[in-house]
Amino acid sequence: MTGGYILEQVANGIILGSMYALIAIGFSLIYGIVRLINFAHGDIVTIGAFAMLASVAAIGAPFPVSILIVLAVGAGVGVLIERVAFRPMRGAPQVTGFIASLAVAIIIENVGIMTLSAQPRSFIVPAYLSAFIRLGSLQVRAIDLAIVLLAILLMIALAAFVRFTKVGMAMRATAENYQVARLMGINIDRMIMLAFAIGSALAAVAGLMWGSKYSQISPLMGLIPGLKAFVAAVIGGVGSISGAMLGGYVLGLAEVLFVGLLPPEYSGYRNVFVFSTLIVILLVMPNGLLGRSTDERA
Amino acid sequence: MGRRASWLGALVAAVTGAVLVYAASAALNPYLLSIIAFVGINVILAVSLNITNGFTGLFSLGHPAFMTIGGYVTAILILSPARKSHLLPDLPSWIAHRQWPFLASLLAGGLVATLVAVIVGFPVLRLRGHYLAVATLGLIFIIQGLAINLDGYTRGALGLNGLPELTNLWWIYGWMLLTLYVCWKLKHSSLGRTMLAIRENELAAACLGVRITRTRILAFALGAFFAGVAGGLWAHLVTLVTPSSFSFLFAFQLVVMVVLGGSGSITGAALAAAALTVATEALHPVEEALNLFGASQLLLAVAVLLVLIYRPKGLFGMAEPDLLAWIGKSPGRQPTHTGLKRQTEV
Repeated sequence: MTGGYILEQVANGIILGSMYALIAIGFSLIYGIVRLINFAHGDIVTIGAFAMLASVAAIGAPFPVSILIVLAVGAGVGVLIERVAFRPMRGAPQVTGFIASLAVAIIIENVGIMTLSAQPRSFIVPAYLSAFIRLGSLQVRAIDLAIVLLAILLMIALAAFVRFTKVGMAMRATAENYQVARLMGINIDRMIMLAFAIGSALAAVAGLMWGSKYSQISPLMGLIPGLKAFVAAVIGGVGSISGAMLGGYVLGLAEVLFVGLLPPEYSGYRNVFVFSTLIVILLVMPNGLLGRSTDERA
Repeated sequence: MGRRASWLGALVAAVTGAVLVYAASAALNPYLLSIIAFVGINVILAVSLNITNGFTGLFSLGHPAFMTIGGYVTAILILSPARKSHLLPDLPSWIAHRQWPFLASLLAGGLVATLVAVIVGFPVLRLRGHYLAVATLGLIFIIQGLAINLDGYTRGALGLNGLPELTNLWWIYGWMLLTLYVCWKLKHSSLGRTMLAIRENELAAACLGVRITRTRILAFALGAFFAGVAGGLWAHLVTLVTPSSFSFLFAFQLVVMVVLGGSGSITGAALAAAALTVATEALHPVEEALNLFGASQLLLAVAVLLVLIYRPKGLFGMAEPDLLAWIGKSPGRQPTHTGLKRQTEV
């Protein structure tokens, strides 16, 4: 096992981690504000990938423009789901929210299967993105570099938005204390809508990244990445945005190194490893790396 | 209604059921019999899931995982030593050279599922209920991954086929009665009341001396036992068990049954299980004719959303409507509405 090989694995871990982080942010953002674990979040990843395919194939939009389209589609779908499925049952017990989000997930998946068929489709990126780039001793594809840079850019933008703008402050206040925030004149409905819009937009972009990286998309592609991103959110501490980012990278690196450094006969245990990690994390540090202990979680 | 009368009613129902099973086994064709068998198994599953999701107010999606465990354990124990040495070379000799009877294998399947539930439940159930949803969903993929990769024990992704067709309506009926009996007794016992107390208000229950984690693990493990047994029954009904036999989608269907029936209502869960199984089976030909695979899942999901929005307590809420009385329409007596009320009447 050479140093170059390990470096390559670390690079792969960071790429995977970037995508997990983008999806995990949505989980944390939505959980932080409405205390809902949104199982349909993984399906937004699928929608993002197909929106990309549609905008490239049907409209012929150039790649960078398509990214904006995907962001908009993701945000729109997120807001729509919130409005149609979750708002009517707000205030109901948490369990109701899970079941509703599961139902939404099943609806999206089956509409996808019925209209697009369950067969995977190939997802082709432009030639300039599949070219190889040398970074010192490391050789990466341009698309991999683009994934990491775009993810970091989006995360910085989100962090700045939440930290420095007035609306961002209102969001933090709502996450901190729902009731008091409302008394301060913050429009809770708008905050919830915003959380769904931002979270879903990021997940949709992760979907386009997933498609570009693995060159294949299908209506069920979002299920496993979505669940793994939830594991990432738990590792970071559910409800914390920076925790979700950190958790995404930790999980991405751990997963790739697990597969890359152990003998090949263990690589089939990839999913077993990730989901067992979840249970171990819940046992040893249920609040995650950056999460705060609250009476609701403890 | 006195205790003796309700016992008599239950006995009459059980005997009527047995007569119906006898008549069905004799008169109906194999296709209809298989539908009835699936109805029975789904009743076992929905009613046992109700212990976790209904009584205790947790949200488990783990039933498919426990069914997979139960299915494999049962199948491995029952397989003849000759086939075992051929298909599953890694089995330890004390399993490989012996062939267990069906009942013992089913119990073993249930117990292994229970054990896994305790191991998973211990870290997860100390936390708020919603972590269980994700952990059990993860468990489905863990068990699936293990079943695919431990090919010396499970024959990998191929699964175990050609299992002996041991499950018949009598086995299913017997286990169904046992499940219903255990759940009924549980709901009306102090342990069941403890579970309901946790569901209604965790903090208040803890203040009254309820040991939250222990009670939750108990509920989760009990549900897992019946799921394991149901997995064994299922495997020996369709004579096949594979890593993907019981999927995440199936977990959703079971949850739907509990929600539609009313979380906490045994009667509701059983009726919803029966109705949904028959409905899905009836929709199959339609799906095939229109070439719209997934349509029945879609309808189910939309129905659940509508129920959650417009009738969040499900068909029956917590209640156990007295079906016998309703069928008999005995005049001058109001049907009892809640389990609590029933207890005070007794």
